[in-house]
Parts: sequence; structure tokens; C-alpha cells
Amino acid sequence: MIDTLAILAIFSGLFFFLSGSIGLLRLPDLFTRLHALAKADNVGLALVALGVIILEPAVINDIKIVIIWLLVMAASAISSHLVARHALRENRNDD
Amino acid sequence: MIELLWSIFDITLVLLLLALAWTTCSTQDVKRAVTLFIAMGLLLAIVWARLKAPDLALAEAVIGAGISGALLLSAIKDYPSNMVSHRSTLIEGIINSLTLVLTILMSWAVWHGLNMSDGVRLSEPVISQLPVSGVSNPVTAVLLNYRAYDTLLELAVVLTAVLTVLTLNEKRVDYEFSSPLLQGMTRWLVPLLVVTSGYLLWVGAHAPGGAFQAGAMLAAAMILLQLAYPSRRQEFNNSLLKILLVIGIFTFLLVGLWMMSLNDDFLAFTPAWAGTLILIIETAATVSIATALTLAYLGGRPRGWEDTNRTSRSIAENGGAG
Amino acid sequence: MISSGASTSILTIALLIALNLLLFSLLIGLFRAWLGPSVEDRFSAILLIGTGGVAMLLILAKLLQITALYDVALVLALLAVVGTVALTQSESNHD
Repeated sequence: MIDTLAILAIFSGLFFFLSGSIGLLRLPDLFTRLHALAKADNVGLALVALGVIILEPAVINDIKIVIIWLLVMAASAISSHLVARHALRENRNDD
Repeated sequence: MIELLWSIFDITLVLLLLALAWTTCSTQDVKRAVTLFIAMGLLLAIVWARLKAPDLALAEAVIGAGISGALLLSAIKDYPSNMVSHRSTLIEGIINSLTLVLTILMSWAVWHGLNMSDGVRLSEPVISQLPVSGVSNPVTAVLLNYRAYDTLLELAVVLTAVLTVLTLNEKRVDYEFSSPLLQGMTRWLVPLLVVTSGYLLWVGAHAPGGAFQAGAMLAAAMILLQLAYPSRRQEFNNSLLKILLVIGIFTFLLVGLWMMSLNDDFLAFTPAWAGTLILIIETAATVSIATALTLAYLGGRPRGWEDTNRTSRSIAENGGAG
Repeated sequence: MISSGASTSILTIALLIALNLLLFSLLIGLFRAWLGPSVEDRFSAILLIGTGGVAMLLILAKLLQITALYDVALVLALLAVVGTVALTQSESNHD
């Protein structure tokens, strides 16, 4: 039962990773691609991390996974912001 | 079924690595090549993890993907978009033939090694001597006890590389603009990086970790600080930097010579003190590696590096503008 | 893991399928590194591989029973943003 929940979480996360990758490939513009990437980063990893937490009995490892999740969320948000702003500034300078 | 799935995973990884390596070397677009190279580094970390080598995975993630990534990206950042690298056909032909010869030689060596029976497996003496080595992680025991001399020379190699960078260039001029969001994140990320670096250093005795990984994390923290707060025209304490650069090798040599006076052999640790000595050496090495990598990233000598005695005077002469 | 033999192997198979699908989605995302007209496009592929790599390391830690891989995932999450900062914040000869 527990395992089923975990597998469900992991495969849901996988769905977001796949859609993020497809979006990265097929969307027309850098900014839309960053948007797709953020879905994979945030929701995809969160669900996979949740699945692994369910499976992992040791508390210290669960704490590490929670820290990883929070870090990736923050890092993904900051990264998208920085890359988008960098692209905007570069475009403005070229005009 | 399980075997099949593992095989699919392994084969896909190998093919992906080969494809990445091929395109990285063959493409003319420099930015594409650098990006694919960094991606290959990340995938290599996954490969090491798959091969049950967490120490290598850790080192690859921190140094190969993290620091090298930052270094390469900073280097190509300002190239024009259509920058290509020109290679003459003759040079390409020579490189290709040499690579082919190397590939054949290595394939033969791997094939030979896989089919070898009854050789002396080094893992047995490593594991059997572990209780007297002072640590319980076999990789750390090999790096800092059985083959400590090699690690000492590795530190010397790192120092030489940094000295080369320092002699060639002055420190890059800082980017003047930084996002407040970035600065806000740096305020908690840098302490986290420092704490993780200390954790990796400490845990290296009984789990994957160690001086190189910890040093690279510390360097990442310093690089982040430097990039997030560029507008302060800070003066580096060059004397301190110089001391930090060499303290790793210095401590290593000191411990080695001390052990030589006690045990008649360079770097022969007395078993009772081995754990403590290794920790001391690793701490000094971490600091040195971090300083070296940070200086290498910064691109060269900070202001006032050459004449430490007359730093204030030279700044006054240049009008402080640098 | 405290489960019967049958459910353990089902779990293992499910995790392996998830691992392969994750690798496949990273493979798709890599095409952006090949194509992407600007360097920011290529870099977003690296961000995807970074987060996907964290997810893969979490699953591998469970599959191979190596708890040290949680440390590797933590480190990868920490360093992902350093690369972004290096790309967007380092020296520029505009401005």
C-alpha cells in the first residue's frame, strides 16, 4: 500500500518531467521554454522527492530530501529569473 | 525483467555519453560545445552513481559540473553568437588518428582486464588494513593514507595551475549590476554552502566526501559571493590569500616530515594518530583548494597582488579606480 | 524496506521504469542544448539535466541502497544555481 502511493507520486512527477522536456523542445521562445522548465523543476521534482520520502525509513535521509526539494525550488525560481532577465538585457543592448 | 530494465538504462546512458562526446568535439559552434560538455559532466555524475561509486559521483558533481561549468560559462559568455572554432584539416586528421589509436589501445586493455582471472585484487589489502588507517571510508584511506604522497603531488598540481593563471592575467573587472533577488538568495545560500562544505570535509572519514569536494563547494560559495556583490570595490587581503593558497601543501609536508622523524618514513602515520592527522591535512587542503579554485575563477591577480608591501601606495597612485 | 519479496520486486521494476523514463525525458531536453539559438536556451537544457539528475540520483539511491547518493543530490541541487549566476552575472563588455 505504501509502495503504491510512492510509485504513484513518482510517476506523477515523471509526467511533469516529460512535459517539461517536451515543452523545452517545442515551445517557440526562450521565455516560454523557461516556463516549461519551471514546471519540471518544481512539481516534477517535488513529486519524485515525495515518493522517495515515502519509501525511505531513515529520518535523516528524509530531512536531506526535504532540504533538496526546498533548494531546488528556490534555485529553479532564481535561475529562471536570472536567465530571463539576462536575455532581456542582451536583447535590449543589441537593438 | 529487472536485468532488462537495468540494461536499457545502461545502454542508453552509454550511447548518450558517446553522442555527447562526439558532438562536443565535432561541432564548430563554441557555445554549443561548452554546453554539451557541461551536460556530459552532469551525466557522468549519474554514471558514477549507477556504478556504485558515490565518491566519484560527488567529485564529478561538484568539480566537473559545478566549478568547471561556472568557469567555462564565464569564459564563453561574451563570445558573439556565431563564434566558431577554425581547425585546419591536417590538425583534425592528426587528432582523429591519435584518438583512434588511443581508443583501440584502451578497448584492448579493458577487454584484457575483464577476462583476467586470479589477479591480485587490491581491494582486499585496502579493506583489511582499514582499521589501522585511521578512517573507515576506503576511498579516503587510499587517498590520504596509502597513497598520501600522490595526493600531496595533486595539491602541488593544483597550485601550479593557479600560479599559471595568476601570472598570466589580472582579475577580471566585475560586472556592475546585480539583482536584489540574487543578493537575497546569496545571503542564505552562501552559509548553506559553507556548512555543506564543512559537512563533506567531516563526513569524508566514514562516508563519501573529503577535501577536494569540500574545497570545491567552498570555492562555489566564494564565487557566488563575488558575483552577487560586485559593486563593492573590495580590496582582497592578498597576504592572507597567499597564505591560504599554500597552507594545504605546507601542512601536508609538515605532517609528513614529522612522521618521518617518528617513524622513519615520509608520511608514515602512526596508527593511533592517523585519523586526527588526516583530518588536519584535509582541513588545510580544503582551504587551499577553495582559494585556488576561486582565484582561478576570478581570472587572475587581484589588485595589489605583486607588491603587497606597497598596496596602499599603489592604490593612491592609480587614483583608486583600478 | 520491510515488504514481502513480491512487492519488493514490483517496486524495483516500477522504480527502474521510472528511471528509464526520466533518462528519456532528459534525452529529449538535450536537443535544446543542440538546437537552441541563444546560449540561454542551451543553458536551460543544463538546468533541466541538473534537476532531472537530482531526481535520478534520488531514485538510484533507493534502487542501489546507497545513502551517500542523497549527499550527491544535495550537492547537485546546491551547485545548479552557481552555474546560472556564473552565466548571467560575470563580466560583460556591454553597459
